[in-house]
Amino acid sequence: MSNPANQLKAKFGDLISEPAEFRGEITVKISDARQIAEVCGFAKTKLGFGYLVDISSIDNYGEDPRWTVVYHLRNLTNNAELRIKTDVSEEKSELPTVLGIWATSNWHEREIYDMMGIRFHGHPDLRRILMWEGYPYFPLRKDFPLAGKPTNVPEVAFTKVTPMEGGPFVTLPGSSDAISREPRVRVPEDAEPGVSDTRHPQA
Amino acid sequence: MATVQDIEIPDSAARTAAALDDLQDMQGEKMVLNMGPSHPATHGVLRIVLELDGELITKAEPDVGFLHRGDEKIAENMTYTQFIPYTDRLDYLAPLANNVAYALAVEKLLGVHDKLPPRCQYIRVMCAELARISSHLLGLGAFAMDMGAVTVFLLTFTEREKIYNLCESLTGARFTTSYTRIGGVSRDLPPGWLDQCRKFLDEVVININEAETLLTRNRIWVDRIRDLAVISKEDAISHGLSGPNLRGSGIEYDLRKNQPYLCYRDLDFDIPVGSTGDCYDRYLVRMEEMRQSVRILHQCIKQIPGGADNKSKEPINVDDGKIVLPPKQKVMSSMEELIHQFMLVTEGVNCPPGETYFGHENPKGELGFYINSKGGGTPYRMKIRAPSFVNLSIIPKIFPGCMMSDTVAILGSLDFVMGECDR
Repeated sequence: MSNPANQLKAKFGDLISEPAEFRGEITVKISDARQIAEVCGFAKTKLGFGYLVDISSIDNYGEDPRWTVVYHLRNLTNNAELRIKTDVSEEKSELPTVLGIWATSNWHEREIYDMMGIRFHGHPDLRRILMWEGYPYFPLRKDFPLAGKPTNVPEVAFTKVTPMEGGPFVTLPGSSDAISREPRVRVPEDAEPGVSDTRHPQA
Repeated sequence: MATVQDIEIPDSAARTAAALDDLQDMQGEKMVLNMGPSHPATHGVLRIVLELDGELITKAEPDVGFLHRGDEKIAENMTYTQFIPYTDRLDYLAPLANNVAYALAVEKLLGVHDKLPPRCQYIRVMCAELARISSHLLGLGAFAMDMGAVTVFLLTFTEREKIYNLCESLTGARFTTSYTRIGGVSRDLPPGWLDQCRKFLDEVVININEAETLLTRNRIWVDRIRDLAVISKEDAISHGLSGPNLRGSGIEYDLRKNQPYLCYRDLDFDIPVGSTGDCYDRYLVRMEEMRQSVRILHQCIKQIPGGADNKSKEPINVDDGKIVLPPKQKVMSSMEELIHQFMLVTEGVNCPPGETYFGHENPKGELGFYINSKGGGTPYRMKIRAPSFVNLSIIPKIFPGCMMSDTVAILGSLDFVMGECDR
């Protein structure tokens, strides 16, 4: 049986990038995020990737497209693994859900929405999962400072900026001197105010 | 004088309709009950919103995140080595296994995960298996205590105490071990540790057997959990379950066997699987896994290169000054080692750009780290695939139809830990 990345390529053609291999792991990239559900559906039904290990998201801050969503697929019968990636632009910040294919994607997609603010079209219950309902920011975005931002959701919760005495010990490798290499608080230098202030869309 | 009395006997269709009406009335009274986040049976801070019809659960909505600390965000802001103590606090019932999983994930990114010295591999396997026994003992003890069997809890906690003693003499800490380093482990086995470990293994088997006689054929225990919350094979795979919960549903999948890492290839052990996927099967799988871990540990003690005192000076770290800190005497006397030490401490281990995922068979399931690196000493993005998070997502599927009092049994059989779930 030929390798699954090539089978995907044979089926979807130019939609699938050339498979990249690193440390024995194969990654393919889908050029159009709107097709992700179709590709995943094919991978499950025809290529036997019945197990979705994980979905993660990356914030390519300062680049366009800004988001990358990463799917880790596994075939439990022959132990084959495949990573599918797709880019999503910041204006759109939306791609189709794969909930119809793997039930486990329910919480993974909610987590990505919660942490990065990427929405999944067709997800029936896209709510925050780790942060509380009504929290205004998306904390895993690169322009969200490590120390946090003060928030005040009336009668629900409020947070202050974390006191950073003694930690967490931030490290910025490659900086010129020890003080800038290990600052107590890291605020991304080029973060424009208001970028991550994108409100909860339903709020 | 006889009187004639009309007796009205409704036909069967009318009787059914009346009965259905009564049933409707009874079903109308739905109640929403909030369980947790601070509830002894939720083993941490899990909140479940239950919709009850009498004693029957009609809907369950888990609410997680009460222990969210932003570990993934923190990881992006420090070197790979600095993150090791944070991994202790993921599954805080098996910190050694988390340390091993994390170190292997970073080593995979570096490309040295299959070049570790054999002694290091054996030490790490022993750590992971001790952590498995410890975690399963706690899971079992808490599960049994929630069901009212307090004796088992006392038995298993006595044994866990011995594991903590072993951890203390091995790592210097009982709980937050931070034992592994990128490319190896922080120190070699202390003198006499293997003997202590062997003594512990002999004792733990006795106590596992004792717990087994108290539970496995106990009528109350079996009646309470058998055929409860059955997870079919299809559901288990579709919901991404891993670890004993996946194997309890009859799927023979264990990363130690299916994608062998460290020296698991050289060790002889079996993977227990369940047949029906109920709470009882998950309990049996964990019981057997502890015995298999004991078996693995015995083999490790016998086969470990260098033996107990490492007279032959087997290395425990990879031989690469750009990954592992050099010995202190050399730092003081040699320029090259001084530079390596300086670079490692200030900038971290220089990882190549790229992305890797490594999944480790943790006691609770597959603990995976997806690391996206742009080069340098810190990850650009690190995603932690927490088994408890994924395992808990099946609650809305299996709770409806169970009784209110079954919730504690099901939660006990799923064996989760919130530190890992919420990250």
